[in-house]
Amino acid sequence: MDDAGLAGAGPGQVRTLPPRAGELRRRSRGARLRPYRAVLASRARSQATYRANFALDLASSLLTAIAELAEIWVLFRSVTGIGGLDFRQILLVFGLADLTFSLADLMFGHCDRLPTYLRAGTLDVFYLRPQPLLAQLITSDIALRRLARASVGLAALVAGLVVNDVAWGAASMALLALALASGVATFAALFVTAAGLQFFVVDGRELTNSFVYGGRYAATQPASVWPHSLVVVFGYVFPMAFTGFLPSLRLLGLPSTGWLPSWLGWCGPLAAVWAWTAALLCWRWGMRHYRGGGG
Amino acid sequence: MRATVRVYWRLLHAGFRRQSTYRLAALGGLVANTTFGLLKMAVLFATVRAAGGELAGYDLARMSTYVWLSQGLLGSLNLDGHSEMADRIRDGQVAVDFLRPLDVQAASITTEVGRALFSLLPRGIPAVALGLVVGMALPESPTAYALFALSLLLGIVLSMATAYLVGISGFWLVETRGVQVCYMVLSGFLAGLFVPVRLFPAWLGSVAQATPFPAMMTYPVDILAGRVGPSGALESIAVQLAWLAGVVALGQALTRAGRHRLEVQGG
Amino acid sequence: MSATGWDETGPIIETSGLTRTFTVRDGARRRRLTAVDGLTVTIEPGEAVGYIGANGAGKSTTIKMLTGILVPTRGTVTTCGLRPVKDRRRLARQVGVVFGQRSQLWWDLPVRESFRILAAIHDLPAATERERTGELVEHLEMADFLATPVRQLSLGQRMRAEIAAALLHAPRLVILDEPTIGLDVLSKQRLREFLVARRRTHGTTLLLTTHDMGDVERLCDRILVIDRGRLAYDGDLAGLGRTTGAQRVLVVDLAAPAPDLTGIPAARHLGSEAHGLRQRLAFDPDRTTAAQVFAAVAARVEVRDFTVAEPDIEDVVRRLYARQASGSPQNAGDDAATMTTVTNTQR
Repeated sequence: MDDAGLAGAGPGQVRTLPPRAGELRRRSRGARLRPYRAVLASRARSQATYRANFALDLASSLLTAIAELAEIWVLFRSVTGIGGLDFRQILLVFGLADLTFSLADLMFGHCDRLPTYLRAGTLDVFYLRPQPLLAQLITSDIALRRLARASVGLAALVAGLVVNDVAWGAASMALLALALASGVATFAALFVTAAGLQFFVVDGRELTNSFVYGGRYAATQPASVWPHSLVVVFGYVFPMAFTGFLPSLRLLGLPSTGWLPSWLGWCGPLAAVWAWTAALLCWRWGMRHYRGGGG
Repeated sequence: MRATVRVYWRLLHAGFRRQSTYRLAALGGLVANTTFGLLKMAVLFATVRAAGGELAGYDLARMSTYVWLSQGLLGSLNLDGHSEMADRIRDGQVAVDFLRPLDVQAASITTEVGRALFSLLPRGIPAVALGLVVGMALPESPTAYALFALSLLLGIVLSMATAYLVGISGFWLVETRGVQVCYMVLSGFLAGLFVPVRLFPAWLGSVAQATPFPAMMTYPVDILAGRVGPSGALESIAVQLAWLAGVVALGQALTRAGRHRLEVQGG
Repeated sequence: MSATGWDETGPIIETSGLTRTFTVRDGARRRRLTAVDGLTVTIEPGEAVGYIGANGAGKSTTIKMLTGILVPTRGTVTTCGLRPVKDRRRLARQVGVVFGQRSQLWWDLPVRESFRILAAIHDLPAATERERTGELVEHLEMADFLATPVRQLSLGQRMRAEIAAALLHAPRLVILDEPTIGLDVLSKQRLREFLVARRRTHGTTLLLTTHDMGDVERLCDRILVIDRGRLAYDGDLAGLGRTTGAQRVLVVDLAAPAPDLTGIPAARHLGSEAHGLRQRLAFDPDRTTAAQVFAAVAARVEVRDFTVAEPDIEDVVRRLYARQASGSPQNAGDDAATMTTVTNTQR
């Protein structure tokens, strides 16, 4: 035992505890990530053990994604094109947007259920652990069932890339990679923003739904049909157009529309940075409100 | 007879009043409604325009009616499959319900309908108001409004009655989540929540008509939008009544069977 | 800062004028509610302090300010030499908290799994983790239910697991918020014994909020009483008895049943059991001594055995509240409320 050497100390005497190895050594990257890995691994394992439920969740996730795709299909097959895009082209938009949303939802989706954590007092428990609060919230759960949903997005993306005349090369690969990475980041920021706002707004779930799930809906649309007001809201304030529509314009060589020039397809990372800035601000304000004073 | 009516009226009223506490959530709901409504409008208008100004009987004005009315009805139709009945079966409180001198199915549906009717105020009216601002098709004759109101009421009752079936499956299934999620996905899609059912290709449209879902939302919307005339409206209402009769009868049978099961098992 | 990384010489908790107010919306108006008012207290390492007060008196708010969950409105607070809000993460490594009504464990996972995760959270080396977990499992007798999911545990089992979870990183300070609430007598006993032993072997400082006077009697050498946000008493248990003028009780077991022993000078007959075989007499320690009362009793009847009990704690605390409230007639209603609260405590 670490304090075996002090066994002789009597009751009431102050015992100085020698430092434990963990305190003094510089925390390596692996050690810093260890708590997060531990929680996530256990959440993943526990989800997989309830097999029947998990299968059900996968199925429902799959069904929802298919229904969303079907809605787009129904619309696009009744006319030749909407907003200058036909079905094959919107498939690419849908694929990019839905895949990135599903992946973000998988990792961050539980964050917008902050009120549940507040009610259960879980947040107070987070304060007692030596990790940053937001990091704890984000890694407190992972929704593996969203993988089914992501598979639909992935299928649509692959199909979209195949059936369209995409000029393959280093540039388009880079664009695709950028779009995917920044798309996930942008949607993730939405979940965190929702969490931050829900510190302030009691029962704010519907309000945050309007930009989280409204955002998802907007991201799978041909933004060329939007009036200027929607372009401002879902093009720039919540940069949804950057996740699917704009990269698709670029990849497919389609012309710019309205206030959305096609070269913005490369600016996915900018959109993600903006979204995360807003998210972290909301989180900070929310925490300050919860604790009742300047941090 | 009068006593029973009074009881059900009280239930309706109670369901109505309970919703009023969720006022702030209602504001959030308004924002959500507006957002989704504007997005739907953008894409559906573009579709109608691409079709040359009219698609499956919807012109721009009628499409606007569809968009705003479908948003307004979201709080009043049960499109997620949740019901108090499911919770009461799960925690066993339903045993108490059976002891009361009320028909369990009727009581449950009535309360839910009361709640739904209340939701028309914070959700329905602003949505319709927005629609009026933007411009939507409305009928001219008062009969059309009357028929619309009737169809709307029937649609709401039908959706609650169908959701009741989902809830009552809890007598036999330990976990109703599977049925409930299935219901959620299918009901929204087949009722025409995001895309009007009339736009479906023929085969998909037939699939939809084989379910009660279009009768919940599409029929009332079509009446208000003027997509169907008075005779079409009466036809729709007849179909709604037929579905309602069937669903309620099924619900009765299942309730009785469920009660029997409860008694046999000892709740 | 010493070489070991934390300040080991100063007090473990030090507050000065600690105040916390809330604005509460009361219909259309806004009210300022003072939950904690000017709390000034110093706790040295190794102490065992009981923090008692009625519901809503400000105990949980104080704990939240000590651990960095809430920011004080006024005043300062230092825990383990650190500022709780600014140095929250460092503080978390030195403090363990047990919430009676909230769980730190993962609800659907086996207990063992929760410990593994916590070991990862506190970055314990594998050997230390094994050692500590083994020690805690043994001393808290948790071997039977290590594999059970937390949600299936009984309350007593869960509390043991919670305490183990709070002690896994060997904190200097352990704060327990109503740890024995709802437990049966045996479980309470075992928990208390564990905490006493822990303090002896590790020198851990204990801060305990409770409604249970049994906890206070058996675990704490110092008591803080908080009443409506203000510190009403800071001292030991005996002093509390003296301050409120509560009386000691002489319990005599007689050789044969006898009628009630009334009329003993400076003593009041409280009650008899078993037809007068055991009788209880209360006396004011300032006015007479146990020996004198005993002599008076023995002169009348044959005594086979006797004990002297300290003042009934619930009585003492009730008197303290009453004393604080006396002088303001409109507080009579509050008094009744606090009295009811105190009488509802479990032993």
